[in-house]
Amino acid sequence: MELFINQILAGIATGAIYACMALAVVMIYQAIDHLNFAQGEMAMFSTFISWQLMQWGVPYWGAFLLTLILSFIGGILIERLLFKPLTKAPILTHVAGFIALFAIINSVAGLIWDFTIKQYPTPFGSSPFLGSQLISTHQAGMIGVTVLLLIALYVFFQFTRFGLAMRAAASVPESARLVGVNTSWMIALGWGMAAAIGSIAGMLIAPVVFLEPNMMGAVVGGFLVGIIENLAGTYIPGVGNELKLPIALALIITVLVVKPAGLFGRPIVKRV
Amino acid sequence: MSAVQEVVTAAPAIEAVPKRAMTLGNGTSLLVLALLIMVPLFVKNFIIFQMTMLLVYGLAVLALNILTGGSGQFSLGQSAFYAVGAYTSAILMEHAGVNYALTLPVAGLVCFVFGFLFGQPALRLSGVYLALATFALATAMPQLLKLGYFEYWTGGVQGLVVTKPDAPEIVQSVLSWFHLKMSQDMWLYYFTLAITIAIYIFSVNLLKSRSGRAFMAIRDNEIAASAMGIDVALYKTLAFGVSAGITGVAGGLGAIAVQFVAPDSFTIQLAIALFLGMVVGGVGWLPGSIIGSAFIIFVPNIAEGISKGLSGAVFGIILFLVIFLVPHGARQVALVAQHLIGQFKKR
Repeated sequence: MELFINQILAGIATGAIYACMALAVVMIYQAIDHLNFAQGEMAMFSTFISWQLMQWGVPYWGAFLLTLILSFIGGILIERLLFKPLTKAPILTHVAGFIALFAIINSVAGLIWDFTIKQYPTPFGSSPFLGSQLISTHQAGMIGVTVLLLIALYVFFQFTRFGLAMRAAASVPESARLVGVNTSWMIALGWGMAAAIGSIAGMLIAPVVFLEPNMMGAVVGGFLVGIIENLAGTYIPGVGNELKLPIALALIITVLVVKPAGLFGRPIVKRV
Repeated sequence: MSAVQEVVTAAPAIEAVPKRAMTLGNGTSLLVLALLIMVPLFVKNFIIFQMTMLLVYGLAVLALNILTGGSGQFSLGQSAFYAVGAYTSAILMEHAGVNYALTLPVAGLVCFVFGFLFGQPALRLSGVYLALATFALATAMPQLLKLGYFEYWTGGVQGLVVTKPDAPEIVQSVLSWFHLKMSQDMWLYYFTLAITIAIYIFSVNLLKSRSGRAFMAIRDNEIAASAMGIDVALYKTLAFGVSAGITGVAGGLGAIAVQFVAPDSFTIQLAIALFLGMVVGGVGWLPGSIIGSAFIIFVPNIAEGISKGLSGAVFGIILFLVIFLVPHGARQVALVAQHLIGQFKKR
């Protein structure tokens, strides 16, 4: 039983990393209605900016706040400069644009900060949390911040005029425009907010996975795994490291087949 | 957070391409064909090899084009089908000693079945979820190929070395009358070209046929298509199967041309490259596949030539320039050219 609880705790600790990152992805999905493949890279770049600020002697929370603001502006700039001209282009062209953005950010970060792994400080400390060896105060703090962010976002989207306008701009742009929502700027705002949330996620997970230009690749690859890898690896004999990914694949496909709209998603009713 | 009842009135994800706009005119086709036949006679072996790869990737992009441009399904998992095709060919050649040409139909068939079966769970998915499932497939494939259980067949991490075929005796003896010799690369190029042309004609005719019209009806409006009596499930899985089959043949050809298969040459990056090739060539425009394939083969090299450290950024910028100038890919260029030629003729 103790083994089981420990494995679950370890799973939650890794899961928190993914949850944090997933928030940013969900944010952009809410705002622009498609997935931004470069989201992870944008978060990585923001994290590097905060690291650079700290190297220049800015204290942690100062760097945190500055990075948040810079990322917000950066996200808006990317939308205005690169994706607004593509508004009328087909969706698949947008996806190609995301891939291009991914390549650009990754390569520029590698050039400025090179590919060596960097230590990143944590504001929560790294002593064991509540006496457990598997979950540290940093991971507990990370889970706390993720939950807070989640609640804040929920309140923002559900109970504010701005949030409503953003949801409208994403799901029914024509009608939103008719009732006076500036859809074009709502999208830019969505980009800014997603970039800011991504930067928080990046700064939170950097102490765990260390800072380097390819850190998000590992996170996305790991996104396929989560708690299952710990459980399956411990309990099912013959499941070593090499089978983790295929098992995750089988899991994803099973989930998608049983619940095509995602685990907690609601089916969308279509009108012809 | 979204409302339970959400009315989707937005345009479908993939724009409707009329059947006629999917191919080239006869004259242009012959011109391109003549170019493809003549050029290798005047260039070095390495360039011939690159042209072979151009055709191989062209085939893979064409397959994705049938799936996405034809039936409106999106896939990031083409690298997995490519890998299965490549490994089928390599294993048959190296372990069973089968003639290289005979391995290709087998690779195509294996991939067709694999794609058809994968199409079953994919049936229930669309948009982002389908992209995610196929993405998972592409990510898992290299791991599966490295598995210890299959190591005897797949060669594990090391991969398999494939012998390059010589030109057949008859061709060589005919050429020797004219005191000519055909290099392995050149033979392989013409072999690939013949298969590419055959598959291209097959694809064009497929899209013109009843099945092709069913694909396009599903792409444009699934509900309306099923109301017209189209078996949506059958045709969607069929599109997956055909696409995977063609990708498998391309994979087999690629394995023979590169003379080597290893798990790490079939990562998600290959799938992304094929996707970019389709967008650059123009979604739903079959001849664009070869242009897209040229983009994904040559532009990374050009980017590396401009700046070693920033090659990724240069590649990204070039890609952005392309989609800014022609958001609809090479098809847009072709349409404008056609329009200009039409005006010129009128005068």
